[in-house]
Amino acid sequence: MARAVPPRRKLAFTVLAWAVGLTLFFPVLWTILTSFKTEGEAIATPPAFLFFDWTLENYVEVQERSNYLRHAMNSVIISVGSTLLGLLVAIPAAWSMAFSPTRRTKDILMWMLSTKMLPAVGVLMPIYLMCQWMGLLDSLISLVAILMLMNLPIIVWMLYTYFKEIPGDILEAARMDGASLSKEIIYVLTPMAVPGIASTMLLNIILAWNEAFWTLNLTASKAAPLTAFIASYSSPEGLFWAKLSAASTLAIAPILVMGWFSQKQLVRGLTFGAVK
Amino acid sequence: MGAITLEKVTKSFGEVTVIPGVDLEIADGEFVVFVGPSGCGKSTLLRLIAGLEDVTSGTIRIDGVDATGMAPAKRGLAMVFQSYALYPHMSVYKNIAFPLKMAGIDEATIKQKVEAAAATLNLTNYLDRRPGQLSGGQRQRVAIGRAIVREPSAFLFDEPLSNLDAALRVNMRLEISELHNSLETTMIYVTHDQVEAMTMADKIVVLHDGRIEQVGSPLELYRNPANVFVAGFIGSPKMNLIEGAAAGKYDAHTIGIRPEHVELSTEGGEWSGVVGVAEHLGSDTFLHVHADEVGTVTARVSGEYGLRHGDKVWLTPPADRLYRFGADGLAL
Repeated sequence: MARAVPPRRKLAFTVLAWAVGLTLFFPVLWTILTSFKTEGEAIATPPAFLFFDWTLENYVEVQERSNYLRHAMNSVIISVGSTLLGLLVAIPAAWSMAFSPTRRTKDILMWMLSTKMLPAVGVLMPIYLMCQWMGLLDSLISLVAILMLMNLPIIVWMLYTYFKEIPGDILEAARMDGASLSKEIIYVLTPMAVPGIASTMLLNIILAWNEAFWTLNLTASKAAPLTAFIASYSSPEGLFWAKLSAASTLAIAPILVMGWFSQKQLVRGLTFGAVK
Repeated sequence: MGAITLEKVTKSFGEVTVIPGVDLEIADGEFVVFVGPSGCGKSTLLRLIAGLEDVTSGTIRIDGVDATGMAPAKRGLAMVFQSYALYPHMSVYKNIAFPLKMAGIDEATIKQKVEAAAATLNLTNYLDRRPGQLSGGQRQRVAIGRAIVREPSAFLFDEPLSNLDAALRVNMRLEISELHNSLETTMIYVTHDQVEAMTMADKIVVLHDGRIEQVGSPLELYRNPANVFVAGFIGSPKMNLIEGAAAGKYDAHTIGIRPEHVELSTEGGEWSGVVGVAEHLGSDTFLHVHADEVGTVTARVSGEYGLRHGDKVWLTPPADRLYRFGADGLAL
């Protein structure tokens, strides 16, 4: 039965939720607004909220100075590439852990997760040197591989929890009905796992898209994605807030749009299969 | 054909032995019910026959062929699960058609067989629906339909009715019995409900702690239980089992009297007692009598019986329907 909430408390919760939501959204909104100001207006005190001369000059200049599309393409290759590669490795791994676990399965899962607790900078030197020796600095190949490995524990964990939700009875029924292992996977397991795989994919594309540590440290220009594109506007000669804002807006726009259209899958992905 | 033979079949999960050794013959066309309390190994035994679990040792033969190491699909058996285990992403039609599709049968034949099964099971109007849009009874019918179309050599039922409400359970029980009469295929049915076992079975296998306690027709088990366990498990309400001095008088460790055989009198008898709870079912009355010498005894009397809580009664065990068991639990 639904819990009865007094109207006054309900109102308080609504106000609180909106306040938290707006507070979290405000920096993004401010960045977008600033991107339409001139550099002078961007640093004016007191700042203008909506009443300023709207201009697109920052976007024009940003596109002229650094090629947005090339960076965006790199971001797409890195995030989608690392996610697809990760799924390729993680689906069989999670499948075997969910459906034929051994005594050590839980330990392996915990160990994989524990690697996420190590600060990334701890392994920067070895990975940097390895990339250097292999001639893979500023290369999309190394970034796809490294981001795949970084997100692999999360991909495996998410898929594992999704696969665990598929009742064993149904797979056994398929076996009784004469399905071979491959047919069982194609006709029964995969269709039931598709929603889980889709939300895992979405979440990991977002994680990889926003990843800044490795993309900044291992690229110079050729393979630089949008994170590097933003960073190039915080230059030592002084900050150009309006241009930085325009660059940031351009960098987050694609992922924001994608996130908006896939909200439902994402919420399910973020709750890690906790809500059945 | 569906004759199934188990020879010295054992099953252990790691250190834990679930089935210490079972020998069993199931004839073609028989309706066999495995019955026992939860945890007795009846479902495990069924899964061993299905091939969903591997036997630790022993042999399973289906129609004389050694099927011990065979994959489940190769055994020619169909199973109906307690949870129905329907494919949630497929329509009812596709669920029933799935085993035929796996067998590589052509579309026209599949269509004909699925429609025939749907007609038998009153599912014709639901073929386009998903399992999620069906009631429990309809889902169970789809699961049975999926089993029928394969024309298996034997059906395996794993507690198929325990998720249904009481009224529906009685209906489905009849439907499954009728199905057995018309198909004349071997059926192995697992349940913990001895009423299901008594009403449906040609042959009941009573299991306890992974061992077969007794095999026989429902009435054989009712009339001649081999030991105390079977005596207490088969029959409703339960047989009264009495130990101590009262049993000693009959030269036994334990004596058993079925509630329907207890002779009641308000004037005199062997044991005196006081009525505790009287359950009036209309057709019968169950009296729970606290007898001074032998503890609580349940008596079943036909129709309405004028006794109430607190009334004094005398009970007499009938000489010809008294069961005697030794200290080892076996019938004397």
